[in-house]
Order: sequence, then structure tokens, then C-alpha cells
Amino acid sequence: MSSTTPLLDVSGLTKHFPIKGGFPIRRTIGAVQAVDGLDFQVAEGESLGLVGESGCGKSTTGRLITRLLEPTGGRISYRGQDITHAGRKQLAPIRSEIQMIFQDPYASLNPRQTVGKIISGPMEINDINPAGGREARVRELLEIVGLNPEHYNRFPHEFSGGQRQRIGVARALALEPKLIVADEPVSALDVSIQAQVVNLLQKVQRDLGIAFVFIAHDLAVVRHFSQRVAVMYLGRIVEIADRDDLYGNPRHPYTRALLSAVPEATVRDEGEAGPERIRLVGDVPSPINPPSGCRFRTRCWKATEKCATEAPPLVQVEGNKPGHLTACHYPETADVPATVPAPRLAKDPEAAA
Amino acid sequence: MTSTDQQPFLSVRDLKVHFSTEDGIVKAVDGLSFDLLKGKTLGIVGESGSGKSVTNLAILGLHDRDRTAIEGEVVLDDKELLTASERELERLRGNKMSMIFQDALASLSPYHTIGKQISETYRKHTGASKSQARARAIEMLRRVGIPQPEVRVDDYPHQFSGGMRQRAMIAMALVCDPELLIADEPTTALDVTVQAQIMDLLKDLQQEFGTAIIFITHDLGVIADIADDVLVMYGGRCVERGTKKEVLRSPQHPYTLGLLSSMPSLDHPVDVPLNPIPGSPPSLLNPPTGCRFHPRCTFAEKVEGGLCSTEQPPLEVTNGRGSACHLTADQRAEYFSDLAGSAAN
Repeated sequence: MSSTTPLLDVSGLTKHFPIKGGFPIRRTIGAVQAVDGLDFQVAEGESLGLVGESGCGKSTTGRLITRLLEPTGGRISYRGQDITHAGRKQLAPIRSEIQMIFQDPYASLNPRQTVGKIISGPMEINDINPAGGREARVRELLEIVGLNPEHYNRFPHEFSGGQRQRIGVARALALEPKLIVADEPVSALDVSIQAQVVNLLQKVQRDLGIAFVFIAHDLAVVRHFSQRVAVMYLGRIVEIADRDDLYGNPRHPYTRALLSAVPEATVRDEGEAGPERIRLVGDVPSPINPPSGCRFRTRCWKATEKCATEAPPLVQVEGNKPGHLTACHYPETADVPATVPAPRLAKDPEAAA
Repeated sequence: MTSTDQQPFLSVRDLKVHFSTEDGIVKAVDGLSFDLLKGKTLGIVGESGSGKSVTNLAILGLHDRDRTAIEGEVVLDDKELLTASERELERLRGNKMSMIFQDALASLSPYHTIGKQISETYRKHTGASKSQARARAIEMLRRVGIPQPEVRVDDYPHQFSGGMRQRAMIAMALVCDPELLIADEPTTALDVTVQAQIMDLLKDLQQEFGTAIIFITHDLGVIADIADDVLVMYGGRCVERGTKKEVLRSPQHPYTLGLLSSMPSLDHPVDVPLNPIPGSPPSLLNPPTGCRFHPRCTFAEKVEGGLCSTEQPPLEVTNGRGSACHLTADQRAEYFSDLAGSAAN
């Protein structure tokens, strides 16, 4: 992180969704702690990957950054300007600089509008009239994302999933944003198409210098796309580092387990040692009533008393390079392979509790 | 077909499944053959619309017979399934063969407890009493790793997490000790850590019961973990088959090669862009002539006389290994070597 102001600076970001209940007077009886105290920065032109399992709060984070949701606490600043609780008017100019790409290319395009209308929509709303007219700009955008500009008047149903996602990318690019939040942009696509869209996003990022917050659950895709990666678990960042440090030297047990669970399309010979395999037991606990202390402790093989009482801070633990932060009392070390006493599930159901 | 003289447990010959729709006939599966031995796992890989799920619904006899034209042979343990009556199939389904679906929440009834849904299958096929069936349901839940099965047996599906629902589905599918288990993308909707748990569970159960498994997925990584043999489908046809090692290490079909090299892996060099397959999967209403992959194939023009667009390449199988491609062995060796090298790592 340089001394200049980062493009996006998030500190202590929290979002709790209230749960209402009770009779006859409905009151708040609890809260889903979807996001609970996030700190991270995104520099200009940088891509930050957010990975984690479902329910870890990565999508909520994306929606908080774009201010589609109102944060419960913490602070979001964009280019030094506090937008945490900014109103509609105040947000308007910023919204055109922060755009979003959605997961489902079928649900995120209006079926009644032509492609031209969809892509020029953001320009209409913001009353932007590019030189040469909006239509010319849309055609140019279609060209950038690898679609035929002649398809200006077609409707979304005439396109395949991969092509629709390209339309979504073109729409996000229409206002020349500085930051794009991409929420699982490839996970709904066929395998052979995913690579096309990843390459397109990468080209866009390099050529236009747009910063990305890339939200995904696929660690391999995130690694390919993001220079820096944050791993989330149950509403908190457990580890954040440069790509090479995170994948090469994971210090948090959860990061390590997550990496070892990724199936790789390589076949090993008989007796050939594969990479270490860590099997976590059980599921992610409920964010309504998260575990005390370290939230990962219920599934961690290293957990002790200390983990239950004291939440580990996200700090640069010993042996980490600058910028590599880990929230763990007992970080993993690269040279000693993790000894995992994790029982095979079929034989020990109680352990999954 | 198989390298051993063991009788295949399931044998599919020239299976064709055609749906007639308003727009014409959809050839969802167009001539598919394979064998499966007891205790083995066959992985079927393909994209959406490649016909992998349709194949398996045909094996189970779950297509609407009035609207589907099914041809070919499906023999399960000397029993022809395609001509079997609905009554006979009912006796086999859930008993001798069963299926795990992708979306566990949609496949479980929200109005009945997990225990009731598991015991219903068991009672129907074994005639066991209610209490026996309940005990069996608890035993199955314990075996698939549900904590406190005596308590959770009375839960409804919405009280289970995604991974637990998938386990409950597996418990239900295995309650009658089936000999054939069809798993249709059972882990696609799950997180990686839970996916790893479920795959370990399936492997353990297979070892214990000697179940034959057909595992459908689009993820080659999952295939590498669980399958013995692999069948790659494209546009309703098998384009390549062989053992896991053969297919993943030395792919013979440009489509398999394309899949392998388009997948980002954890050790793919980050500055090298991915190598996607151009275009998109074909419409089965109006499939391309000749080889169905030729419009997306980078090697199509290398074949003399434009054969790829006019003639369907035959699938020649020797010892369970084969691919359907017009390229000659020499051409493959020449074009695939550098690509395969980067894909394998």
C-alpha cells in the first residue's frame, strides 16, 4: 500500500441484518452478522479477490461497497471521500464510477430491452452524451467485449450465457468506471466459457486500468485474476495477502484447508504422494450466533481455550511478508506440514457436530 | 469391451434419446454406449446440454414415454430396462439402482421429515415395519455423518444445512443397498470443503458396499478425484473415453484437450492468459453437421477434405479406450504435445 490515498478504503465495515419476531409487538430478536468488521484497501487499477464459502459475507461486502446496502457500522471511503452513509444525491456521481457485474447473466438483463438499450441505460440515467452519440459508444463497447456490434438491436434471449455475461460487462464499462465489483461473474457459466470471460475481464482490467473487487468461491479463478486475495470466513477476513504469498505460504488453517480441498485435474501414479489433504469436519456455523473468539475454531484442528475467548486480530504474524495479514493465534508454518487428526466422516459422525 | 472377462454390471448400447418439441426433434443423446463394472466409478463429463443427465434419466426410466423416443439397449444385471414395464422399474428404482440429484433442497419434500422420507423407500422395498424403518433411517443418517441422528431424523429439510441435505439424500439413495448409484452433479451446489467431505463419503461407502457409481459432473478436478473410467460427452455423443489416467494425461480429442487447458489450476502461471475453447455449445435442435465439435475446433482445418464438417467421426474403442476424431494419430502427437504438456500441469 503506497502513501497515496487508496481508491477504496474500508475499515471496520459491519452489516447486521436484524431478525424480527415476537408477538404482539414485533421487535428485533437477533441479527445475522453477515459482515463483521472488515478492513481492506483497493488501490487504483488493482484487483482484490474475495474468496470464501457460501454465507461468509462476500456478496454482502460487494453490495456494501456499491452501497446497495446500508452498512451497520464502519467506514467506506472512496478516493478519500466518506460514502458510508452518503445519500442518494451525494452518491450519484460516485455510482457512475463504481459498477457491478452480477452472477446470473439470465436474471441481470431486462428481457424486454434490446442490448443497445441495456448498455446505453447507464448513460441515459447519468445524462452522458459521448461524442458521436450513445449508439456509437454502445457499438464500440460491444466490440470491446467481443460481441458483434451489429447485434445492437437484439434481445437478451437471443444470446448464450457467455454472451450475456459479455453484455453485462459492456454495461458495467459504459460509464468508464474506476472500480468494478464482480460478484461471481463466471460461476454460472459452462466450463469451456468461463475461461473466455475471465480472459475478457483480465483484458479489460489491463487495458483500461480498472480496479476490481472480484468475488468468487473458485480459488483457482481468483488466483488467476487477482493480484491480492482476501479469504473470508463467517463475516470476517481471516487472511489477506498478495497472490503469491497467500497461495504459496498460507498461514491461516482455514486458507490451508480451503486450498487443499480444491480438486485438481491431475492423476497421480500408484504410491505417488499427492498434495496434503485437509478435511474439515462439519459445516460453517450460523452467522446468527457465531462462535465466540475465533470464528473458525469449531472446525479448526488447532483450536484451544485461547481461541474460544480471544478473537485473533488480523496482523502481520511472524514470518509473513509485509502486507500479508493473518488472523490466527497459531499460524501455520510452511515447512512443517499440518498434522491433521481429522477423522474420516463416515466413521465418526459425532465429530461433525 | 472391458479389459477383464468380468461381466459388466450395467451395459448401455447405442442409446438414443430424442424429444419432440414444437420446434423440431431435439437429439439429446445420439448413440451412446458404455459398460460399468461392479464397484467401479464411471465419470461422465460434459457441459450443460451435452446429454449427461438425459442419459441417466433414461437408465432409470424417468422420461415421459409419450413424449420421448428412446432407442437402444440398457441392460442392468441381465435385465433389459428400456422395455421393462413401469411396475418392474418401480421395483428396481430405489432398491437396485438409485440416484442423487444436484439440488438437494428441491429434491426433498419440504412437508415430510427427513426420517420419513428415508424410511418410505425402505418400507416400500423391504416391507419393514415402521419402527424397523425408523431404526434403519437413523442408522443410515449416522453412516453418512449426520451428528445426533436420533434427534435429526425428525427434522425437516429446511432445518438441515446444504451439506447435510446432500448427506440425507445420499442416505436415502443408499438405504436399500443399491448396486448402481447415479450421482448427478451431487457436489456442484456445495462449497469446496463440503464437496471434499461428500466425495470422501461416497468413496468410503463404495468400498463398503461395492456399489457401481455413475458420477456426472462438469468438473474435471472432481473426476480426477473420484472416477476410475471417464466418458467425455459433447452435443449428445461420446467424444472420448478411457481410464481416468488416459483421458486426463493424454487426451485424444480436441474437446477434452480444450477443457483441460481452459481450466485455471492452482499452479497455472498467472501471466499466461487462459486458453478458452472459442464459441459456445451447439444447439441440439439443429446440431452442426459432421463432427459436432468442428465449429469450435482449432484443428478442424487440419483435416484433409473438410471431412470434419461433412462426416461424423466414428468412436473406435479398443480396450475401453477411444475417441471420435478425424485427426490421425501422427497429427495428434504433433498438435497436442505442447498443449497437453501445459494442461497436465
